[in-house]
Amino acid sequence: MSTTDGPTPLPGAKASQAAADRQSKKGGAGTSADATHKKGLFGAWSEKWQAMPRQKQWLYLIVVVLIAYALPVINPPILSTEPGNDFPLALFSMAVYALVAVGLNIVIGYAGLLDLGYIAFFAVGSYTAAMLTSPDSPFVKIPYLWTIPLAIVVAMCVGVILGIPTLRLRGDYLAIVTLGFGEIIRILATLIPAMKGQVGFQNVGRPPGEGADGIPIFANSNGTPWYWLTLTILIIVLFLAGNLERSRVGRSWIAIREDEDAAETMGVPTFKYKVWAFALGAGVGGMSGALFAGQVGFVNNQKFDIVTSILFVAAVVLGGVGNKVGAVFGGALVAYIPLRFTAIAEYKYLIFGIALMLIMIYRPKGLIPARQRLLAYGQQAYQRVRETSAKKSAVVTEKEV
Amino acid sequence: MGAHSEKVPVPEEVPVPAHGSHKPAIEIVESLDVDEAVAEAAAPERDIDVAVGDDLVEVKNLTIKFGGLVALDNVSFTIRRGEILGLIGPNGAGKTTCFNAMTGVYKPTSGQVLLEGRQLNGMKQHKITRAGLARTFQNIRLFGEMTALENVVVGLDARHKTSVVGALLRLPRHQREEKSSIERGMALLEFVGIAEHAGALARNLSYGSQRRLEIARALATDPKLLCLDEPAAGFNPAEKEDLMALIRTIRDDGYTVLLIEHDMKLVMGVTDRIVVLEFGKKIADDVPHVIREDPKVVSAYLGEPEDDFA
Repeated sequence: MSTTDGPTPLPGAKASQAAADRQSKKGGAGTSADATHKKGLFGAWSEKWQAMPRQKQWLYLIVVVLIAYALPVINPPILSTEPGNDFPLALFSMAVYALVAVGLNIVIGYAGLLDLGYIAFFAVGSYTAAMLTSPDSPFVKIPYLWTIPLAIVVAMCVGVILGIPTLRLRGDYLAIVTLGFGEIIRILATLIPAMKGQVGFQNVGRPPGEGADGIPIFANSNGTPWYWLTLTILIIVLFLAGNLERSRVGRSWIAIREDEDAAETMGVPTFKYKVWAFALGAGVGGMSGALFAGQVGFVNNQKFDIVTSILFVAAVVLGGVGNKVGAVFGGALVAYIPLRFTAIAEYKYLIFGIALMLIMIYRPKGLIPARQRLLAYGQQAYQRVRETSAKKSAVVTEKEV
Repeated sequence: MGAHSEKVPVPEEVPVPAHGSHKPAIEIVESLDVDEAVAEAAAPERDIDVAVGDDLVEVKNLTIKFGGLVALDNVSFTIRRGEILGLIGPNGAGKTTCFNAMTGVYKPTSGQVLLEGRQLNGMKQHKITRAGLARTFQNIRLFGEMTALENVVVGLDARHKTSVVGALLRLPRHQREEKSSIERGMALLEFVGIAEHAGALARNLSYGSQRRLEIARALATDPKLLCLDEPAAGFNPAEKEDLMALIRTIRDDGYTVLLIEHDMKLVMGVTDRIVVLEFGKKIADDVPHVIREDPKVVSAYLGEPEDDFA
């Protein structure tokens, strides 16, 4: 008890106050536990991740990346897709899907533009690589590695050209129009003689380098180097996407997704940023297309159907709309399941359909519903707020005592 | 600038209400000492000693027709720098329409909106915001999935110049702007009194905090004119009192405020001048205590006395 002269609270009152405090504390703890429970396993992970110091995060990241690079060499027994499918090739296709999902996530997840024709940009990238490297094509030949940046540029241009007229539409209307231009590219490939329709292009180029036995390192059947190349690109893209997320660009996209009119009123040039989202998404799509064309070595119009386009959207939704880690996970999963479980590969659309419905019902924010952080120096600011409020409450309790 | 306009007392231009409860717009600069520190942090480049009393916004013969319906009929008024102008009228009088025409949501059928002599109508909405006209919404429209601080930083971004490439590669300008936006964003949240909720998602904030956050977000765009569309809707009397104090502080920090409000007590208590609309026409434009006595305004709100119909 205090020894000062001030009025001493009634013992009963103090006890009841303490009880109330305990109650509120308990209540607080209870609600936070509920919240963690609701967010599920991944939500809890994501919170733990945010609470970690930066160095520890880097350490974990490096370990994860090293494991990812080592996967084709380790060929872990349960994870492996063999004997049905070659594991390094499966990994490559997972990495390509992950890359596609990360690109599409910029369009759907950040800016909230439902693009059902993303395959168009993938196709543009594939054709760019094929037409500039394949001996079947009448065009100028350039080294394969140059086609990757070129595919980005061409796809971005196509993105801007398609985006400027269509991005005046919103919601369902935009989805219908994008569905249309997914088909347009495929049909153009059939109609334009230079794009060689179903005959397509054989022997698409590959990165230079030969093994001791004279077989090229980047042979079509050798998935490992292709996987490493794609994984490296994927990591770079993830870093750049993270930079965009925590900048005025990312904030503008999320603001557009949340409330386009309010964003415009707050000084966000919404149309400009929607076109940027479209173009950047298209660039990543084009790049994945070029990688895919290089590995498979053959491009024709049959590969770019609308169903694959929907599968890309499914990958993003499955992983968690707006979350790039979720997109990687979703993309890899969508590619992995039919390769691993060959018995059910025929029913993959049925399975993905059911899985999507279940996810929409039980986990509407996807498997990894982490919220994107939109401020480059946000963590420090929030930390400061927590500290000051903790100080304040400490002062209050001191006064009470 | 402020000192200059103080030396020239022009009674015709500056409303000087007889009631002691009001400060005339001309005295604003003098009463600037309490929140100067916060205002300085919130808007460091801002010239707080703005000239008060000259025309900031001119609305000239504004007419808006939706098909055959005339929503706004030849409305003209001016908003002077440093004042709080109330825009009132019965439901459907055209207040929000006028607001939307000023902020570029609607294109006026005819007439002009001038900000410091520069024509606003015809400009894109985000350009109007950058020109210096910010608004809040009648029904709160925050970015629900963003934190309070992020919401405010979206407003601050209106003054930022980082390009997409700059953000992609984290160039120095980007880093500088990001750092300053955290400081200014927190200062603005402090200013409206919700700094402790900086990390909370906007949709999880309480109703009152959401209204305050909207004001902070609008202030973040560094406006010359802040338009508040029924900011007190759904507030209880105590919260309204707090809001009135906040609006006054905003004005005292050198912002000009246009206020649409239904609550007569709030409007009469906080504004320097009031424009009254009825059926799309301006029926009165004067200081609050004159408006209160104006028979046209009284009849617009309460209806004509019965014996007038005879």
